[in-house]
Amino acid sequence: MKEIPQVEALLEAMCAELRDFLASQARQDPLVVGIRTGGVWVAEGIRSRLGVADPMGELNINFYRDDFTRIGLHPEVQPSMLPFDVDGRHVLLVDDVLHTGRTIRAAMNEIFDYGRPASVTLAVLVERSGRELPIRADVAGTRLSLRPQDHIKLTGPEPLALEFKQAR
Amino acid sequence: MGTRIRGGWVVDPANGIDEQLDIYVEDGLIVGLGPGPANFEVEREYHVDGNVVCPGLIELRASLREPGQEHKATIASESRAAVRGGITTLCCTPDTDPVIDTPAVVELIHQRAAAVACARVEVQGALTQRLEGSRLSEMGALRDAGCIGVSNAYRVMENTEVVRRAMEYAATFGLTVLLFPEDPWLAQDHAAHEGAVGTRLGLPGLAETAETITLARDLLLVEASGVRAHICGLSTARGVEMVAQARARGLPVTADVALPNLFLTEMDVTDFNSACRVRPPLRTQRDREALRQGVREGTIATLCSAHQPHEPDAKQAPFTEAAPGISGLETLLVLTLRLVDEGLLTLQQAISRVTYEPARVFGLEAGTLSPGRPADICVFDPERHWMLTRERLWSEGRNTPFIGWEFKGEVTHTFVGGRLVYHLEEA
Amino acid sequence: MNLQLTEDGRLRHFLTIEGLDRPLLTRILDTAESFVGVGERAVKKVPLLRGKTIANLFFEPSTRTRSTFELAAKRLSADLLNLSVSASATKKGESLMDTLRNLEAMQCEMFVVRHEASGAAHYIASHVAPHVSVINAGDGRHAHPTQAMLDMFTIRRHKERFEHLKVAIVGDLMHSRVARSQIHALSILGVPEIRVVAPRTLIPPFIENMGVHVYTRLNRGLKDVDVVIMLRLQHERMDSGLLPSEHEYFRYYGLTEERLAVAHENVIVMHPGPMNRGVEIDSDVADGPHSVILQQVTYGIAIRMAVMSMCLGNPPAVEGGEG
Repeated sequence: MKEIPQVEALLEAMCAELRDFLASQARQDPLVVGIRTGGVWVAEGIRSRLGVADPMGELNINFYRDDFTRIGLHPEVQPSMLPFDVDGRHVLLVDDVLHTGRTIRAAMNEIFDYGRPASVTLAVLVERSGRELPIRADVAGTRLSLRPQDHIKLTGPEPLALEFKQAR
Repeated sequence: MGTRIRGGWVVDPANGIDEQLDIYVEDGLIVGLGPGPANFEVEREYHVDGNVVCPGLIELRASLREPGQEHKATIASESRAAVRGGITTLCCTPDTDPVIDTPAVVELIHQRAAAVACARVEVQGALTQRLEGSRLSEMGALRDAGCIGVSNAYRVMENTEVVRRAMEYAATFGLTVLLFPEDPWLAQDHAAHEGAVGTRLGLPGLAETAETITLARDLLLVEASGVRAHICGLSTARGVEMVAQARARGLPVTADVALPNLFLTEMDVTDFNSACRVRPPLRTQRDREALRQGVREGTIATLCSAHQPHEPDAKQAPFTEAAPGISGLETLLVLTLRLVDEGLLTLQQAISRVTYEPARVFGLEAGTLSPGRPADICVFDPERHWMLTRERLWSEGRNTPFIGWEFKGEVTHTFVGGRLVYHLEEA
Repeated sequence: MNLQLTEDGRLRHFLTIEGLDRPLLTRILDTAESFVGVGERAVKKVPLLRGKTIANLFFEPSTRTRSTFELAAKRLSADLLNLSVSASATKKGESLMDTLRNLEAMQCEMFVVRHEASGAAHYIASHVAPHVSVINAGDGRHAHPTQAMLDMFTIRRHKERFEHLKVAIVGDLMHSRVARSQIHALSILGVPEIRVVAPRTLIPPFIENMGVHVYTRLNRGLKDVDVVIMLRLQHERMDSGLLPSEHEYFRYYGLTEERLAVAHENVIVMHPGPMNRGVEIDSDVADGPHSVILQQVTYGIAIRMAVMSMCLGNPPAVEGGEG
């Protein structure tokens, strides 16, 4: 049984790494965009620690998923909200768990339908094994190697905690 | 040398017979019931134990579609369907093409029926030329050619003066006038009963008054002219009341109801089922109850199917664009028997409504098993269950909402003029 | 009607409001909510229905409704086929089936149908292949469900809740498919008082059975109402002996500011369009502060996007998705 890290600690580590990363890439004044629902919780934590002035964006990637014909329209339908202009800005895309990479692909497609960002930085709380697309996180709170039948999930919003389910 | 039909339960309401008897047939006529005539040689014998034997049914008004609409049905196809349902006489309506307003068309139909040699076909002539409601038809010639009555079919007549003169003229020649009561102005562009269901479904409706207004007009004119009249297809409670009052006053008026109106209502149209599009429309529960009571009390003395076979395309359309009408020959008997099952009528009364009484409407000597009469006989197994399916229908018209219904009672033998024209094949 | 729903209760066809439950109608409104923002973005599209072909099958002419369906389809990235079929040119029934079969052979996944016969959309829906969906864009006098839903969306946007509303529908109810759908929707969504106002000749018999109160006097019908829906009066009504003149109709049933004054002070005025100014509604009201008529048009696109995606997003079996 793995030891599950505390979310607080991970957020601290991520922000430290992000400051360095963004500086090294000269990506100033990032716009923080969280992917619903868990990514938004993480994004809130990052935005407050980094002290970002602009409001936060929230993406509901429902209309960009690649499994629409397989599973239909999801019941949760809170619309996406990007209360700023993305043209020419550095977007900081945040999610809770990066697994297959399909969610991130959908999120990027959606962002680009709003405008043309100067760059997109991907920060995730947990980067786990099981990628199906060539997508990687720029910054990750922790990297885990899991079996396909194991699941890790972020619960919240208060308190934020990682839940690990190990299948037999 | 003749035929004996043995062991059946004979129901002949006209003669008050309701017992097990044998029937003797010779040269196309009934020659005896019970003990046979002396020296009767049995050439052919049919054992019908457990079956009911009654007069062959008479379908009071059926559209046979020939001449002119053979793509819907023909005299041949419908005669065969008729005898399968125990019907030995079909009274065809004049709404053919050309309309039955000349002796030539009457003869044509008689010849076709004779050639098919199945059910008898009696002809109703048109009340007015081309059924246009303005000039009287040559009713004298039509009668002499063999028409048993004259009718305006489903073509409503606007001109009151014409209706009056047509009745007087028909009375001159002793013809029964068949009237379809529908006010032409109130009946513009309708598809269903004007009621709660029609409103909800947005179907243009036919108000009750469309029937009662014309009925009132026609009954008053009947009273003035003294013509023998028959009201076709009552559909409203109020209409039944009006006919009852007229009869109580001694008017020579009879009425029929199409069997579907005794079982179905406007509720059956809820899913836009075009099989339930009929004229007059299926109305409310209240109307259905009143029609049933009218049948029980004898105000409505006859039952018919108002047979209207259609080709599939005519019904394969949205409700308001589908042609009205139900193909009903093959359910005439079983729907009538269902009324017995439901306690509305006795078997005697029920059989009477589809044999003796229709004959009386036209002043025909038929619908009975009296010795000396043609041997038009229906034999059916009252306990046999069967389900109506599309494939089972012999009529060219498969347009009936009763597909999928289970019925009790199936015809086993039908005789026309002593000849076996239908026999149930055991599977 | 179960014809509209899949076995697990999802929307397959959208033919009439009747027979759908409150949760489903609410889901349509919520889904539409997410689509409203799409029209305000740089790229006014989402890729949800990419690769699907939708056919607009309009047997009755219509610019407005057809173009909103077209816009809705395109904003979902679907391909759209516009077919205007002249109903008089087709033989009854025959061509309808043939037209359908031809379209199915062209692999259309959805038909949006407008037809002058009540029940036409039901008829088409009961004859299409299992994977094809039908949306009713108006059939005869029977139903116009997407219009009713966008009206409900408009009401919800302005009034938030349905439970305490008094709603009046004014005008030619006899011939209105919009009104019938609206009555069903209002009723299912829990509006406690639904009124209809019109002269007797324009009130369908037994409409009380649908759960409405009938008024023939406009001032009584509008008293204290929160929502007024005005219906269009067509010229044909004078010709078919239902009304003497537009002049008299406007005098007794036209919505003017004066008439509107008896309603609740926050009343909203709606109209499914197109308006006949000076016949059923005065310009002062149509352009006035209570009018939400223009917004109805915007919401119409979102509602249609919602219904289209709900109907076409029906999987053979439900599986989980991985992030």
